[in-house]
Amino acid sequence: MTANAPLATRTSNRLAHNPMRHWGERLIEGALFCCAALSVLTTLGIVYILVKESIVFFSQVSIVDFLTDTQWTPLFDDAHYGIMVLISGTLVSSTVALCVAIPMGTVIAIYLSEFATPRVREMAKPILELLGGIPTIVFGYFALLVVTPLLQKVFPELPGFSLLSAGLVMGIMIIPYVASLSEDAMRAVPMHLREGGYAMGSTRLQCSLKVVVPAAFSGLAAAYILGISRAVGETMILAVAAGMQPNLTFNPMEPAATITSFIVQVALGDLPHGSIGYQTIFAAGLTLMLITLFFNIVGIWLRRKYRENY
Amino acid sequence: MEKQDIATIRAIIARGKRWDVIFAIVGILFLAVGLLTVLALVTNMALEGAGRLSLDFFTSFPSRRAAQAGILSAWVGSLLVMIVTAFAAVPIGVAAGVYLEEYAKRNWVTDIIEINISNLAGVPSIVYGLLALGIFVYQFGLGQSILTAGLTLALLILPIVIVSTREAIRAIPGLIREGSMALGATKWQTCRYHILPYSLPGIMTGVIIGMARAIGETAPIITIGALTFIAFLPPIPGVDPGAGPFDWLTSPFTVMPIQIFNWTSRPEAAFQENAGAAGLILVGMTLAMNGLAIWLRYRLRRNLKW
Amino acid sequence: MQNQHPHPLKAEARNLSFYYGGEVKALKGISMPIYEHQVTALIGPSGCGKSTFLRCFNRMHDLYPGNRYEGEIAFLPDNTNLLGADVDPIEVRMRIGMVFQKPNPFPKSIYENVAYGLRVRGERNRRMLDDKVEHALKGAALWEEVKDRLNDLAFNLSGGQQQRLCIARALATDPELLLFDEPTSALDPIATASIEELVHELKKRVSILIVTHNMQQAARVSDHTAYMYLGDLIEFGKTDDIFIKPKDKRTEDYITGRMG
Repeated sequence: MTANAPLATRTSNRLAHNPMRHWGERLIEGALFCCAALSVLTTLGIVYILVKESIVFFSQVSIVDFLTDTQWTPLFDDAHYGIMVLISGTLVSSTVALCVAIPMGTVIAIYLSEFATPRVREMAKPILELLGGIPTIVFGYFALLVVTPLLQKVFPELPGFSLLSAGLVMGIMIIPYVASLSEDAMRAVPMHLREGGYAMGSTRLQCSLKVVVPAAFSGLAAAYILGISRAVGETMILAVAAGMQPNLTFNPMEPAATITSFIVQVALGDLPHGSIGYQTIFAAGLTLMLITLFFNIVGIWLRRKYRENY
Repeated sequence: MEKQDIATIRAIIARGKRWDVIFAIVGILFLAVGLLTVLALVTNMALEGAGRLSLDFFTSFPSRRAAQAGILSAWVGSLLVMIVTAFAAVPIGVAAGVYLEEYAKRNWVTDIIEINISNLAGVPSIVYGLLALGIFVYQFGLGQSILTAGLTLALLILPIVIVSTREAIRAIPGLIREGSMALGATKWQTCRYHILPYSLPGIMTGVIIGMARAIGETAPIITIGALTFIAFLPPIPGVDPGAGPFDWLTSPFTVMPIQIFNWTSRPEAAFQENAGAAGLILVGMTLAMNGLAIWLRYRLRRNLKW
Repeated sequence: MQNQHPHPLKAEARNLSFYYGGEVKALKGISMPIYEHQVTALIGPSGCGKSTFLRCFNRMHDLYPGNRYEGEIAFLPDNTNLLGADVDPIEVRMRIGMVFQKPNPFPKSIYENVAYGLRVRGERNRRMLDDKVEHALKGAALWEEVKDRLNDLAFNLSGGQQQRLCIARALATDPELLLFDEPTSALDPIATASIEELVHELKKRVSILIVTHNMQQAARVSDHTAYMYLGDLIEFGKTDDIFIKPKDKRTEDYITGRMG
C-alpha cells in the first residue's frame, strides 16, 4: 500500500461483524442459561407434583379431618388421615435433636472462633467434616444398635424403638452444620468491635458472649434455621430407630412415625399409582414443605431484622 | 463515688478468668463428643462386621441366609447410579455455574435463579424422591429404574456442583479474563480455553463432595421404588448376552444404603453383622471420596498461584 | 526522674520499644511523661507509631500473638509497670479507658452500652447503675439527647452521638487515664467540634492521651504535644512551645507542612 492510496471505504473483512460467531455465542449462552434455569424448573416441578396429587387427595379427604383427626391409619380399611399424628413425631424428634445440636454447636463455634489456637482449629475442622460426611443410614444403624441399648441401661423402660434415641443421634449429626455456619458468622465480626469489649476490661468469655455473639446474631439465626430444616427433613435415622408406627405422642421415650418415615414406609410397600395411598404421601410431602417453608421465612425475617450493623 | 479497691477488682477478674477456663474445657468436651461418636460408630461396625468382609461378601447376592448374603447387587447398583448422576449433574451444574458467573446480568431473572438454588439446597432429600416418583417415574414414564435414580440424585447434588463451580471461577483473577478478551477471544472461547481449565480442580473437588453425598442417600431412592431384595444384576452390555447398550438404565436395582437399611431392619443378629460390614464399606467409600476432595483442594492451593 | 512541672505525673514511658511479630521495630526507645489532668497529644505523619504507642498503655497489643514490649510504662500513684509480665492486662484495662477511631458501640441498648464496664466489675445494684450511667452520659454531653430513649439500640444514633456514647462508656468506670485514638477522623466537622469541646471539659476529671493526625486539632485541645516520626519521639513539650517555636528542625518541617 503506497502512502497515497485512498483509505478503504468499507471496513475490512476481519473487523466486520461476524453473524456466525455472534449467533454461535448466543446459542451457547442460551444453552448455559437453560442449565441455570433448571433450578427454577425443579422448584416448579416440586410444587406442581405436590399440589397436583394433594388436590386429588383432598377431594377425597376433608381438610378439616386432615388437620384435626387424631389417628393416622391411611392404609387400613377404616382409614383415618390425621396429620397431627405424624407432625407430633416430627416435632418431638426435632426438638430432641435441636436441644442437642444448638447448644453444642454454638458452644463449639464460640470455642473455635474465640478461644482455640489455630492448631486446635486445624484439628477440629476435619472432625466436624467427618461427622457431617457420614451417611444418615449409618447413623440410623448406630442409633438402633448402639445408642438404644446404651440408653436402655439408663432408662430400663425404654422400648427398642424410640424418638429419644433417634433424636439424640440426629442432634449429633446436625452439630457440624450449626457449628460451621455459626463459626463463620462469628469470625466475620470485625476485630474493632471486640477491641471495644476488651478495652473495657472484659475477659474472653465476657467479650464472646456480650459482644461477638449478639453482633453475629443474624448469621447464627441462619445456622439455627438450617439445623431446624435438617431435623425436620431427616428420614433414615427415624425410619430405622424410631419405628414406623404412627403414634400421637409428645413423649420422646415412645416409638412414633414422622412425616418422613411414613413416606418411606409406604414407598417400601406396594404403591399402585393413582390409589389414595399413593396420594397420601404427596399430601404428607406437601405438609413437610410447608413446615420447611415456614421456618425459612422465619429465618429470612430474623436475618433482616438483625442484619449486621457494622 | 467510691472506687473499688484493687483487691475486689482482682477477685472479680479472677472469677471471670475461671469461667474462661471452664468454657474452654466444655468446648473441647463437646468437640470430643463428635469425635467419640465417629470412633464409636466405626469401631462398632468393625467389631460387628469385620468378620464378614471377604471376597465372597463382595461377590454374592443378598440371600435369606445371612451367612451367604453379599453386596454384589448393591455395590454394582450404586456404581451404575453414580455414573448416571455424574453424567447428568456435572455438565448441567458446571454450565449453570459458568452462566451465573460469566454471563448473567444483575436482574430479577438472575435473582430468581439464585434464590431457587439456595432454596433447593435446603429441601429435604425425600421431597426429591417424591418429585422423581411423580414426574420421572410416572409422568415421563422412566420407570423405577437406574436412570430415574441417577437423575434424582443429580438434581439433589446440583446446588453443590453449582456453588463449587461458582467459587472456583470466582477465584480466577479478572486480569486473566481481560487478557484473553484483549486478544480478540469471544466470551465462550475465554471460558473454554481459560476459565474452565483453571477452575477444573475446584469444580472436581465440589463434584466429588457431591458424589460422596449422593452415594449415601437412601430416602429418595426408596421413594422412587428401588427394591430392597434384588438377587440379580442389571444387564451389562458386553457381559450379558443380548444386553443392549442402554438396557441397564431401565433395569430394577438396589443400592448400598438400601441394602444396609434392609439388613439393619432384620432382627437376626447375623444380618446385623452384614449391616455392619456393608456400613463399614459405605463409610469407607464416603471417607475416601471426601479425603480425595480435601487432598485435591490442598494440591490446588499449592499449584495455582495467581 | 525530676518533675519540674507544676502538674503531677500520671504516667511515664521509660525507654519504651515495641516489636510487631517479634521483629519489626515500631517504637524506638520512647521516654515521655503524661501529666495528670492534662491533655497530651501525639502527632506525626502516617506510620510514625503514634497509635502503636497509645495501644501500649492498655495492652491492646496483647490481643494479637507475637508482639513484644521492651522498656516500661510507669503508672502512678502506685508506680506499677503497665508492661510488666506479672501485671494482668485486664486489670490495666479496668484502670485505663480507650476511645477508638471508628465508633464501636456494642450491639445493645444505649443504657447497656454505658453500663457494660460497670457490669463487668460486678456492679448489680440498679440504682447505682442508673446513677453512674446518667453521670457518664452527662459527662459525655449526651444525656439530654438520649435520656428518653435509653433502651433504644445504640446503632440508631448518629456517628457523632455514637462516638460520644463510646466516651460515656469509657467514663462510666472512672478511669484514671483515657486514651483517644484519632477519635474524630470518622466524624463530620460539627461532631468533631463537640468532641474537642468534650475533651477540654473531661481533663478536669481524667488525664488524657490523644492521637491525632490533624495538627490543628492538637493545637486546639492539648496542653502538651509529642511529635513522633518513624517510631522515634522527636520532640515533646508544651503545645504552645511546639507550635510556635519548635526546638527540632524536623518538628518545624512537619508543623509548617514542609513534610508529612
